[in-house]
Amino acid sequence: MFDLERWQEIFDTIRKNKLRTFLTGLSVASGIFILVILLGFGQGMRNGIENEFKQDASTSVWVWPGVTSKEYKGLNPGRRIQLVNDNFDMANAMFKSDIEYGSPRIFVRGVNVNYGKEALVYGVQGVGADFQFIENAGMIEGRFINYSDEASTAKVAIIGNKIKKDVFEKVDSPIGEFINISGIPFKVIGVFKEMEDREEERIYIPITTAQKAFNGGNRLNNMSFTLPPVENFDQAVAQAVNFKNGMRTYLQQAHIVAPEDTGAIEVWSAMEEAKRYYGLTNNIKIFFWFVGVCTIIAGVVGVSNIMMIVVKERTREIGIRKALGAKPWSIVGMILHEAIFVTAISGFGGLIFSMALLELVGPHVEVDYIMNPSVNFNVAFSTVIVLILAGTLAGFVPAWRAAKVKVIESLRDE
Amino acid sequence: MIEIKDLHKSYKMGSNSLHVLKGINFKVEEGELVAIMGSSGSGKSTLLNILGMLDGADSGEYILDGVPIKNLSETKAAQYRNKFLGFIFQSFNLINYKSAAENVALPLYYQKVPRKERQEKALKYLERVGLKPWAEHLPSEMSGGQKQRVAIARAMAAEPKVLLADEPTGALDSKTSYEVMDLIQKINDDGNTILVVTHEEDIAHMCKRIVHLKDGVIVEDKKIEQVRAEQYV
Repeated sequence: MFDLERWQEIFDTIRKNKLRTFLTGLSVASGIFILVILLGFGQGMRNGIENEFKQDASTSVWVWPGVTSKEYKGLNPGRRIQLVNDNFDMANAMFKSDIEYGSPRIFVRGVNVNYGKEALVYGVQGVGADFQFIENAGMIEGRFINYSDEASTAKVAIIGNKIKKDVFEKVDSPIGEFINISGIPFKVIGVFKEMEDREEERIYIPITTAQKAFNGGNRLNNMSFTLPPVENFDQAVAQAVNFKNGMRTYLQQAHIVAPEDTGAIEVWSAMEEAKRYYGLTNNIKIFFWFVGVCTIIAGVVGVSNIMMIVVKERTREIGIRKALGAKPWSIVGMILHEAIFVTAISGFGGLIFSMALLELVGPHVEVDYIMNPSVNFNVAFSTVIVLILAGTLAGFVPAWRAAKVKVIESLRDE
Repeated sequence: MIEIKDLHKSYKMGSNSLHVLKGINFKVEEGELVAIMGSSGSGKSTLLNILGMLDGADSGEYILDGVPIKNLSETKAAQYRNKFLGFIFQSFNLINYKSAAENVALPLYYQKVPRKERQEKALKYLERVGLKPWAEHLPSEMSGGQKQRVAIARAMAAEPKVLLADEPTGALDSKTSYEVMDLIQKINDDGNTILVVTHEEDIAHMCKRIVHLKDGVIVEDKKIEQVRAEQYV
């Protein structure tokens, strides 16, 4: 391999057989190119789908009550379950180490909301300070509800960006403005942004205020939590399932619900949902791999085909070389050396070109469910190596056969 | 230089085998110029292939420059070919993408001679066949006679013990043939041992000895008065 003389011999051959070299190289380079692009888009799809799930914190778990459907411990079915503050506090205490953030929520109903003379038809929800993190609400102005707002039942409100645009277009900033909720003035202290408009049509007030001012007592409509992030996805799913089951069991016991009566206490985890999509993207990935591997195989077949033709074309030359004293191994070495060299150069050429394309174009791809297509360099690199090895192997057989051919036969006039 | 004793060779053609060489015995001394004659099918090419270690004999002895040639591995045969033998073919067999000088230098590459020395030697031998100005030309740019002269230079470049020429003039017109024979005679004059396979009487008479092959046996082996090719050039 480090025989300078042979390198010179090979460069000679390449220089004088430009078209042949070019065509071999092209087929290898295009094979690699297509594979990398395919893998890149497979990854892009994965990224895109992951992004769709970023709207709510991906580890969030939502709990809401329903109606019992089974008779249990002397209680009739058809009973409506009502969550209360105690449930939330108890859950927090019980699963303390499993919970990252938690917030109860109450939907404030039967209230009129006004800004000056204007009536606002937006939903009002009482939530805790942590709710910001559960909803992944981005604050674009002011701040979210904090713990001291909760403790002091402050009359403050956080509005969605859409409300700001619809209602507060006349003022510079809605911060410091007052809105009336059933006659009680609430000071706007923050504006949040969400992925979807629908979620921006909400007014959040502290849960304590909502319960006190609007006759909520200690009732809750639902509870939501996020779980601390863990390293890998499977762990996260296991953690979510575990938490979900624990939460359901606790609430079923607290509200005297049959363990198998899942409709009475609903627990939903984003993680499990995401798992289905991850499964889907995995399948997509497998599909792209499959197509990619087929491309590689086609590339290998192409390379071996070319190698066969090259060897066939060089049969006479090989005969001459042998008559002049070339040993069989030197013939095999020469052909393989050239093949490896050409495959490697063009393979890495295709790799660099396709990766550059992904780097340049990737970040600008804006199609639903495709985001920043990219490819793992190691994967791409190994594919090139595989192609080179396969090409070598494919070239070896005809080269070996050519080296074994009797000189008289290869020199025979056609 | 060459000693052959009771050489047999047969080829399998399907179910029946064809006995081509039926006990050949002959000796070639150093500096001889021998013509091997015979009609097609007489076994002359087979004999040359065996002499050239391009094919093996079934039985018999072959001693080249004191070295017994028997049961050679491909690698060993390649080594001996490179060291002992120079080939000249009817169809020249130059590598068409290499220039004349590169073609001549090729056997030296397989002798692991350094590149620079190869080039010098190649030019030296091209000069000897009168083609130095054509060193950088491709075979496709040369006439048949020129190609054969390049091939002769190539055969000489490795400085072999024996030159084997298989119908060296078979693809050439008579004028060019005589030019080539003139060259071969001159090389022989320098003391090189040369075997020429031919079926042309006039070419054979330009050698110093004629061996007649017929149906796989030597029917005649005589020394002759050499006709110099120079006079026809």
